[in-house]
Amino acid sequence: MERGSDRRVKQDGKTTRMIFIRLCRYVLRYWYLFVPAIIMTLLANQLSLLGPKYSGMAIDAIAASGGVEFDIVWDSVIKMLLCYALSATMSYGLASLMIVISQKIVYTMRRQLFEKLTTLPVPYFDVHPTGDIISHISYDIDTINSTLSHDLVQIMTSLYTVIGSLIFMWNISKPLIAVFVVTVPAAILFTRYRTKKVRPLFRKRSRMLGELNGYAEEMLSGCRSIQAYAREEEIGRRFNVRNTNSMEAYSEAEYYGAAMGPTVNFINNLSISFITIFGGILYLFSQNGTVQEGTLFFITLGGVAQFVQYSRKFAGPINEFANILNDLQSSFSAAERVFRILDESSEQVDRDNAIVLKDIDGKVDFKQVVFGYTPDKNILKGITLTAQPGKTIAIVGPTGAGKTTIINLLMRFYDVTEGQVTVDEVDVRDITRESLRSAYTMVLQDTWLFCGSIYDNIAYGRENATPEEVKAAARAARIDSFIESLPDGYDTILTDDGINISKGQRQLITIARAMIADSEMLILDEATSNVDSNTEIKIQEAMKSLMKDRTCFVIAHRLSTIRNADLILVLQEGRITEMGNHDELMEMGGFYSTLYNSQFH
Amino acid sequence: MKTVLRYLKQYYGRMSVGLLIKITGCLLELMLPYILSHVLGNIIGREISEIAFWGGLMILCAGLGCLCNAIANRMAAKVSCDFSEALRKDLFIKTLRLSAAQTDRFTIPSLESRITTDTYHVHNFINRMQRLGVRAPILLLGGITITLFMDAHLSLVMIGILPFLFTAIFLISRKGVPLYAKVQTSVDGMVRVVREDMQGIRVIKALSKADYEHRRYDVVNRALVKDETRAGVIMGGVNPVMTMFMNAGSVAVIALAAVRVSAGTSRPETIIAFMQYFTQISMAMMSVNRMFVMYTKCAASAERIAEVLNAEEDVTVESKESYPDTLSDAHIVFDQVTFSYKGKINNLENISFALSKGGSLGIIGATGSGKSTLIKLLLRFYDVCHGAVYINGEDIRTIAKDRLYGMFGSALQNDFLYADTIEENIRFGRDLTHEEVVRAATIAQADSFITGFADGYGHMLSSHGTNISGGQKQRLLISRAIAACPEILILDDSSSALDYKTDAALRKALSENLQNTTVVTVAQRVSSVKDCDLIIVLSEGRIIGIGSHDVLLSSCEEYREISESQMGGAFVE
Repeated sequence: MERGSDRRVKQDGKTTRMIFIRLCRYVLRYWYLFVPAIIMTLLANQLSLLGPKYSGMAIDAIAASGGVEFDIVWDSVIKMLLCYALSATMSYGLASLMIVISQKIVYTMRRQLFEKLTTLPVPYFDVHPTGDIISHISYDIDTINSTLSHDLVQIMTSLYTVIGSLIFMWNISKPLIAVFVVTVPAAILFTRYRTKKVRPLFRKRSRMLGELNGYAEEMLSGCRSIQAYAREEEIGRRFNVRNTNSMEAYSEAEYYGAAMGPTVNFINNLSISFITIFGGILYLFSQNGTVQEGTLFFITLGGVAQFVQYSRKFAGPINEFANILNDLQSSFSAAERVFRILDESSEQVDRDNAIVLKDIDGKVDFKQVVFGYTPDKNILKGITLTAQPGKTIAIVGPTGAGKTTIINLLMRFYDVTEGQVTVDEVDVRDITRESLRSAYTMVLQDTWLFCGSIYDNIAYGRENATPEEVKAAARAARIDSFIESLPDGYDTILTDDGINISKGQRQLITIARAMIADSEMLILDEATSNVDSNTEIKIQEAMKSLMKDRTCFVIAHRLSTIRNADLILVLQEGRITEMGNHDELMEMGGFYSTLYNSQFH
Repeated sequence: MKTVLRYLKQYYGRMSVGLLIKITGCLLELMLPYILSHVLGNIIGREISEIAFWGGLMILCAGLGCLCNAIANRMAAKVSCDFSEALRKDLFIKTLRLSAAQTDRFTIPSLESRITTDTYHVHNFINRMQRLGVRAPILLLGGITITLFMDAHLSLVMIGILPFLFTAIFLISRKGVPLYAKVQTSVDGMVRVVREDMQGIRVIKALSKADYEHRRYDVVNRALVKDETRAGVIMGGVNPVMTMFMNAGSVAVIALAAVRVSAGTSRPETIIAFMQYFTQISMAMMSVNRMFVMYTKCAASAERIAEVLNAEEDVTVESKESYPDTLSDAHIVFDQVTFSYKGKINNLENISFALSKGGSLGIIGATGSGKSTLIKLLLRFYDVCHGAVYINGEDIRTIAKDRLYGMFGSALQNDFLYADTIEENIRFGRDLTHEEVVRAATIAQADSFITGFADGYGHMLSSHGTNISGGQKQRLLISRAIAACPEILILDDSSSALDYKTDAALRKALSENLQNTTVVTVAQRVSSVKDCDLIIVLSEGRIIGIGSHDVLLSSCEEYREISESQMGGAFVE
């Protein structure tokens, strides 16, 4: 839909040139297709330019004073047919070729973009909304695609046609060219006017439409609440205010937009009118002998006919020029946005001497860790803790205390600002990311399943998992009987957002996936809070066996889950305020004991 | 298409006027080649002033033509804007009114795209149709008419070309247009993988699955390329074929004209006019081709819009004869209610209970046990399959919607906040004073964090309230639910993100301030429901325990298990 124009970024000449060069590199990769394309463009245009020339010759032969000269007419007719047929074939070949080229390029770009995305560090996705990223990989690349497959040929064709027609017209009658002294500047002035006046209106139109759509989407997501409060009328009224505004902006833009086509036509017709007047006069003089054949002002009937034909060909691209320029501009901005992602710095490569974690004991230390997502605000303000191998560490605290941040640091989605995190006494920055991350199994708050079979989603936890292992994991996660009760069993395809299974079941599938991964350490981030207490009991049993001999970090609101932890950390405003096991903390009579007691009284 | 076109009916008058102006404009443009050939014919013996006069007439025709076309286009634009405004308005309201079952069937994303993308496509088409769509036929018919007068024989060549032209375009389009539908499916598939992966980036990185995801993406990427190439290569044939036929036509005119001029039945300058008409018509035809693609898009969109507009209201207000009152004087009564979403398994079975006015009901049970479903039946989002739900003795199927929903204040699971001020989010479009809003927020324990914002109640929430925490969201939703002092307050899992302390304070404030309100609480925490007058324990759609906390502790094993797991088994009073 109407995107892109709104987010047009001002480009200076230098970046435009850089983008152009970069785009060219993509095109030149397929030079063996592109060179034939250029040749075909030139040929197709040359052939179609020859058409009017032969038709002029034929008309002259028909209008010849000594009666119709049939041999010239037939000759021209055959040549015309040949030219047009070849030109059409070439155009088709060219169009197909350009589609093939542009699709190859678009495929490459999309692949590069996607692969780049998977290497970007996690913070990138915390800052950039998914919707934006999707619009780059679909809308922006689509814009580039249409420029490559269509505009590129159009530019080559236009240039060739303008110059070619001008040469032909020059050969027919030099004085008549003067007509364009009036109409070409008129076209250019109009184009400029249009750019200045209309573009902001169209931008406003896009913006208003975007707002309208945004409002509709937002309200629809709450349609049950709107019904429960019987607010349909009121919300509908508010929607319609935006609806009316948006349509007014649309009308306003169209008010000027609607005059564009007719005006362009008018300028064309103006040329033809002038050609009729001056061409007519020259033809009159040529006929009555005032102007001699072979002199500058001489013209035949066929000449006038040709001139009119060429003038149409000549004017077309000039009028189209503004459109193409527009397309090019939005295409360049689209390319810039795509390249900007490609130029993002990937997750830092591992240090040269980074080691691969093997035979892990599972001792994790935080040493005076300070961390903030932005330099101006620290989330963790000096955290020191030791997780002994095989022990369970429970982290509790209010929202925003920094619990999730600790996970981000454990997994090295982010690096510490100060201090260090170590595993088995090795700084995590000296360990390869892959081996560090595979040392953990993680069950996050947001269940993430992809569109695929339940089997694939569980087996995702480990490469080369056998069907037996998948089923064993499902059994351990207490989800096997549910899966087997489905008509397609393990082959059931999870649709978008897993609407066909419940939240709790989704949670259980991700737990099964975690189980199959079978790593040395565990991270559970409020994973059980989506599951009802009954199921939770079952999961806890499964988890208990999984947690055995594994270092385990648990974040959960439920104190009962945490009660059995070896070490409980109370995290408040980025600091550890209480630390110890359940009994110790209860004795201290601090935040934890208050929290615990509030559950009963 | 029919349903949508009905909206166009009221504009037929304006459209006809626009069409007339458009026809005039096109006819004026069609005069140009005629005048051109007239000037050039019999040139000998003409005065220069005569040529200038005719030339001036051409400029006049061109100018008037431009004016007419511009006016007609503006009228068309206005009509299409008014049309889509009316259509979108009705569509939106209708969408909001769809029953829950209907919304489930359409799905929310699909309804969204019907309001946004589909109306946009239809709007665009209606606009273009009135402009380019009618221009081509007018130029074609007008051109043929004028040429018939000039030289009927030559005109026949023009007419003779048309069947070939249309057949060729028809054949290509029939093959090509369905391919675009396929392209759209492939685009959706590609976007889905991207969306999934961006959302699951942590999992992918944790499991080092980048290569796997690259391969998964490559499959959809290749599929899209394949479909797009095929559609493009086939539809790319339309323009060359069309140009070829039009050019062949002009060549045929020249050949035939040669014979006729030789026989003295035609004049050379006529050919020039014919060539002009060919050019004009073929340019207009190009836009018809574009219209064709637009039409297929529009028809599909119109169909999708019509589906919503024509969806029959399936939750209607019934008569008291068919659904008589109950004798019970309880506030809320569920009488042997059975319900199924899809008709296969019963999601709720034989649910019966009665709750007196001002009482409180707690519902607890496993995920999927039917807790939220019970609430949805009470709110009449769905109708029961068997049995009945009564409020104040009336079957809820006999209560008018406005009256029914006027009784409730509800904070539902994953409920909805929107981009507006906090005050407006609580008020939710109702006539509530600022004082009432503040009072509700104070009871819901929200006042303290709201006044913590520099702009207090005027603080802007982002869409879906993403700029406040989960616990703050829930408190705002509860504020909204109690703001209008409802008869019945529904709290569906609406305090799960609150810490225990705040949860307890909230519960205390609710019971103190809303003594006449009947409260229904759905929760997973025993602590949230243990003070209720009546607690229902649900399992797989059935009531497995009913009574007060103390009664259930001794009578219901499941309840005891849940309670112990949450309270910690060691704790015995």
